Amino acid sequence: MPASPASTPIRLEYRNVTMRFADRTGGVLTAVRGVNLSVRDGEVVCLIGPSGCGKSTLLNIGSGLTAPSEGTAFVDGREVAGPNAQVAFMLQKDLLLPWRTVAENVMFGVEIQRVPLPERRRRAEQLLQQFSLAEFSGHYPHQLSGGMRQRVALARTLAVDPHVLLLDEPFSAVDAQTRIVLQRDLARTLAENGKTALLITHDLLEAVTLSDRVLVMSRRPGVIIEEIAIDMPLRADPIARRGDPKVNDYVARLMDRLDIAHASLERESAGGAA
Amino acid sequence: MNSSPRSSSTRNGATASLILLVVFLAAWQWGPPLVGVPSFIVPPLSMVATEFVHAWQFDHLLLHTGVTIAEVLAGFVLGSLLGASIGYLLGMSPTAELALSPYILALQIAPKVAFAPLFILWMGFTVYPKILVAILIVFFPVMVNVLTAVRTVDPDLVNLARAFKATRAQIFWKIEFPNSMPPMFAGLRIGATLAVVGVVVGELVGGNVGLGYLLTFGEGQANTPLVFVSIVMLTLVGSIAYFAVILVERRVLHYLPQRTAMDRNL
Repeated sequence: MPASPASTPIRLEYRNVTMRFADRTGGVLTAVRGVNLSVRDGEVVCLIGPSGCGKSTLLNIGSGLTAPSEGTAFVDGREVAGPNAQVAFMLQKDLLLPWRTVAENVMFGVEIQRVPLPERRRRAEQLLQQFSLAEFSGHYPHQLSGGMRQRVALARTLAVDPHVLLLDEPFSAVDAQTRIVLQRDLARTLAENGKTALLITHDLLEAVTLSDRVLVMSRRPGVIIEEIAIDMPLRADPIARRGDPKVNDYVARLMDRLDIAHASLERESAGGAA
Repeated sequence: MNSSPRSSSTRNGATASLILLVVFLAAWQWGPPLVGVPSFIVPPLSMVATEFVHAWQFDHLLLHTGVTIAEVLAGFVLGSLLGASIGYLLGMSPTAELALSPYILALQIAPKVAFAPLFILWMGFTVYPKILVAILIVFFPVMVNVLTAVRTVDPDLVNLARAFKATRAQIFWKIEFPNSMPPMFAGLRIGATLAVVGVVVGELVGGNVGLGYLLTFGEGQANTPLVFVSIVMLTLVGSIAYFAVILVERRVLHYLPQRTAMDRNL
């Protein structure tokens, strides 16, 4: 898929976003500083960077869960002042409710948004079908494997039919093989439904194979230090993309930008939660 | 669900339990005379059984048991409702918890059964002081468990709901409330057995009806078998209360894999 032309409307935008927290010692900790980024309609953008560089903070701001200290986030051109129905997020944790069946978990978001029951059921059925989970619709989460649970979480995210998906390391807790399958499911779904997504990942290969663009963030205070357009076809098929020799060049470039070869684990772990 | 090794271990466990019961009953019947313990200290099983029939016919055993059950039920239900409500309220309002926590802690440390004479002074030889002691004693385990559950709910879960634009009420009913069910039932299990303790202490202190009264009545007459009958009946009442809670719990928490042998045996 070619990079979206400039005429395509911008779905998600951060303008000069800075976020500061009070740290434990009473000082001020700047998580992200002066971040500008925009994601066009139908685009998939990956955000990578060291732990604790404020990637998750950006996602929380985009979903309206936290307000930035400075700057503004926009969704569909409107300022984000709180949670809104155009945005849905998904985390590394599947956050399935153990007392709800798979189908009821998928319906969680639409239920909160008071979509009528028949419509909720229709959407859940369709999504479960799409993710090959139809036969498990009456199961409880504890009866599912990690990969299936994460697929249910993705179905729940899509059930509210958001314009923008914010994904925070959605597949980092599943095993390598399952991850490849889930990446393919996600890529297909995003492409087929023309969804816009901002995806946080630590997996450089995941970033390259899934996205149109990769943004590299620095250590805290996080600023965007590089933007790399992924000029490869088949964004809907990350497994095919893995075979593209260009992938290695992109990964090498990202490693270089992240300074991974020289990074010390000490500093990495001192970063704390992303 | 039951794989064959598990069901065979369940069967072995049940057989062992049954054998233990027979051994215990036999030891009760023939043990005391064997070691020279007089029957007015430890009456053998048959004496207690005879006394049971006698108490049933002439001492209104059924009435006393019924009154105790009613008091336990009332104290347990009211104490649980109160404990859960306050637990949810404090869980949702950190300020209220901060303001009330020293008093709640003090009340929790104070031995609740010590209030029994006071309540009897206030309300006389009625059923109410007994119910009140039970309420007080059931209140804490339920409240503390509910409070902890509301406090420790995964913030990401709440954020997920918030991101879907959930209202405060929706967050409560769709996340906090169901999330608090397993710990609440752990509190209710404890409460069910404690309710019996509360009621019995109330009955011991004053009144003329209930198994606790029958206990002191037996003691006053040096009727050891009647004391034993009362204790057995109280254990029965407590067991019924406990297993009733487990029965409800299994219905409500049907989505959880069953954990303990006691759950499975039921």
